[in-house]
Amino acid sequence: MAVQKLPLAKALNESLRKALETDPKVLIMGEDVGKLGGVFRVTDGLQKDFGEDRVIDSPLAESGIVGTAIGLALRGYRPVVEIQFDGFVFPAYDQIVTQLAKMHARALGKVKMPVVIRIPYGGGIGAVEHHSESPEALFAHVPGLKVVSPSNSSDAYWMLQQAIQSDDPVIFFEPKRRYWDKGEVDTEAIPGALHQARVAREGSDLTLAAYGPMVKVCLEAAAAAQEEGKSVEVLDLRSMSPIDFDAIQRSVEKTRHLVVVHEAPVFYGAGAEIAARITERCFYHLEAPVLRVGGYHAPYPPARLEEEYLPGLDRVLDAVDRSLAY
Amino acid sequence: MTVESTAARKTTRRSSGAKRTTSAASAKKAPAAQGAEPELVQLLTPEGERVQHPDYDIDLSAEELRGLYRDMVLTRRFDAEATSLQRQGELGLWASLLGQEAAQIGSGRALRDDDYVFPTYREHGVAWVRGVDPTNLLGMFRGVNHGGWDPNSNNFHLYTIVIGSQTLHATGYAMGIAKDGADSAVIAYFGDGASSQGDVNEAFTFSAVYNAPVVFFCQNNQWAISEPTEKQTRVPLYQRARGFGFPGVRVDGNDVLACLAVTRSALERARRGEGPTLVEAFTYRMGAHTTSDDPTKYRRDEEREAWEAKDPILRLKAYLEREGHADEAFFEALEAESEALGKRVREGVRNMPDPDDMAIFENVYADGHSLVDEERAQFAAYQASFADGEVK
Ligand SMILES: Cc1ncc(C[n+]2csc(CCOP(=O)(O)OP(=O)(O)O)c2C)c(N)n1
Repeated sequence: MAVQKLPLAKALNESLRKALETDPKVLIMGEDVGKLGGVFRVTDGLQKDFGEDRVIDSPLAESGIVGTAIGLALRGYRPVVEIQFDGFVFPAYDQIVTQLAKMHARALGKVKMPVVIRIPYGGGIGAVEHHSESPEALFAHVPGLKVVSPSNSSDAYWMLQQAIQSDDPVIFFEPKRRYWDKGEVDTEAIPGALHQARVAREGSDLTLAAYGPMVKVCLEAAAAAQEEGKSVEVLDLRSMSPIDFDAIQRSVEKTRHLVVVHEAPVFYGAGAEIAARITERCFYHLEAPVLRVGGYHAPYPPARLEEEYLPGLDRVLDAVDRSLAY
Repeated sequence: MTVESTAARKTTRRSSGAKRTTSAASAKKAPAAQGAEPELVQLLTPEGERVQHPDYDIDLSAEELRGLYRDMVLTRRFDAEATSLQRQGELGLWASLLGQEAAQIGSGRALRDDDYVFPTYREHGVAWVRGVDPTNLLGMFRGVNHGGWDPNSNNFHLYTIVIGSQTLHATGYAMGIAKDGADSAVIAYFGDGASSQGDVNEAFTFSAVYNAPVVFFCQNNQWAISEPTEKQTRVPLYQRARGFGFPGVRVDGNDVLACLAVTRSALERARRGEGPTLVEAFTYRMGAHTTSDDPTKYRRDEEREAWEAKDPILRLKAYLEREGHADEAFFEALEAESEALGKRVREGVRNMPDPDDMAIFENVYADGHSLVDEERAQFAAYQASFADGEVK
């Protein structure tokens, strides 16, 4: 059957399975991706069905994982690597930033880097240090990388297909606290392009722009605002690099109010870029400054404080009120 | 000791007929490169019999032996308590040390007060011998803080979750000791998985080049989450040291006496200005990697059962009893002490207060920072607006 209801993690698993089936050059690499099926079971059963040559348990070395993926890509493979948690990508950051991102440009376009780096990211699961971070801006700032994040099962399935098919390196951020949320996946649908934003809910008074784990929070906020008579549009950006500014502009020209929501610290974050560009593009349409809701300029706090740290319904609604009050 | 003499020593040891236990990891599908069974320094057999080793001798009083036993029993008790507190929802996560007590207590008891320890996240036994209050170890696992103790008050650094990072900190600290002309030493703990990280290999390089007084203590518990040691290395880990230019030694990690003797000797070597040593404690993680892990997905029960026969605590108990070093009263008193420790830890955790909301903004910088000040004020106003609403 083409349409199935799947948890987000399972949709990713199906997507990887399909990629392994259709292209013999696709490889899965990472710590614990084999027998264990990854700590979140995203690669569950894949080694059993495709063997240790295609689904590779790698040594515990992130720089090694990404560095060898670069070499495999140079040799014509399409590695899909898993970094176990957001906070553990940094040993590989050097390889990603100084090598992976620039290889295509340095080789005068003669070399392609079809490497996907899957990273479970974000908070809300009560984890210990280094297991709850949102480092997307650090990657989006680097020319040569695409940075995307699905917010639901259907996008998880399709965006991962598209990321694997892309000849550019893609940093694929998976919202770990949505892994268990179920959603419909139509495996025969024709998906929108990887970089395109999606209107997750139509509205006319204000636009909430979010991606990944915050889309759900924004949809809940929009539903709550509706009860107070406010019509809120929710845009799921899906891609942080590139950003679909045309879609945001279209929405803002209609609603004239924009609030950007993400978990990552606001300072120098994705919201800052969006606010600046939309202010340039929509200066005469805006009735309020672009507001941002996100994390503070402080290390991600211990689990018992993450509820205070993470943008929740109330903080989003507070920003909606402030924007509409201008 | 030079690299050559390490190799020479190995031959002497092999012919000395010192008793060796077999290695489970190399017994199963050993890669061709692994070669002969690596040497394993052992002073106490799994049956609790004292054996001699030409290079590592140790002479402990009955009281010292009872002390090691007490440390292991209380550490295991603390660990069991933490595991059950996690199951009861009091802790978000727990990384159990079950099975690794001898490696930790043996190496920990080799340290002097002025030595400095850089642990990973499982060194509860080392923390114990350093005098860190066990309850303090639980804060980060409960989610109330990211550390929970002042590293300088017991020369026991904070737990490090990012694999391998601390080995470089340890090396730098040791370089500082050497610069100061002091004779203390540093010990860095890490796992077999960590040996694959660039940081650990860079720590080996720096420590060798600068002759830093550091002991690298690798607890090879056979697994890095689901991956066996063979997925990290094709040669026995202790042999790695040789390529970096310092000696490596494999010790029976379930033998507290051997761990103590080998670590002591490595520390003395460091103090004498002879540089780093890699100690590989060959041991076993009897439990899950952490409470989030499901070992049934990747390992067989028989493996654990085989290692249970080498239990570090039962082994020392057998020796104490055989030699008449401890009587029934000692074991009973220790049991009571264990119970009391369990109770103290349980109550300590349950009464551990949640941090104040404002803690988010504490200690972000040592100096002030205007952005943090601004966000703190906004946060406070926002929280206060809520409280007003509730009062109405
Ligand atoms: C840089 C980094 N990558 C991945 C992880 C996730 N992780 C936590 S513990 C662990 C296995 C560690 O194995 P080992 O070094 O053998 O130590 P052990 O836990 O067995 O004591 C992994 C992969 C991490 N904490 N840090």
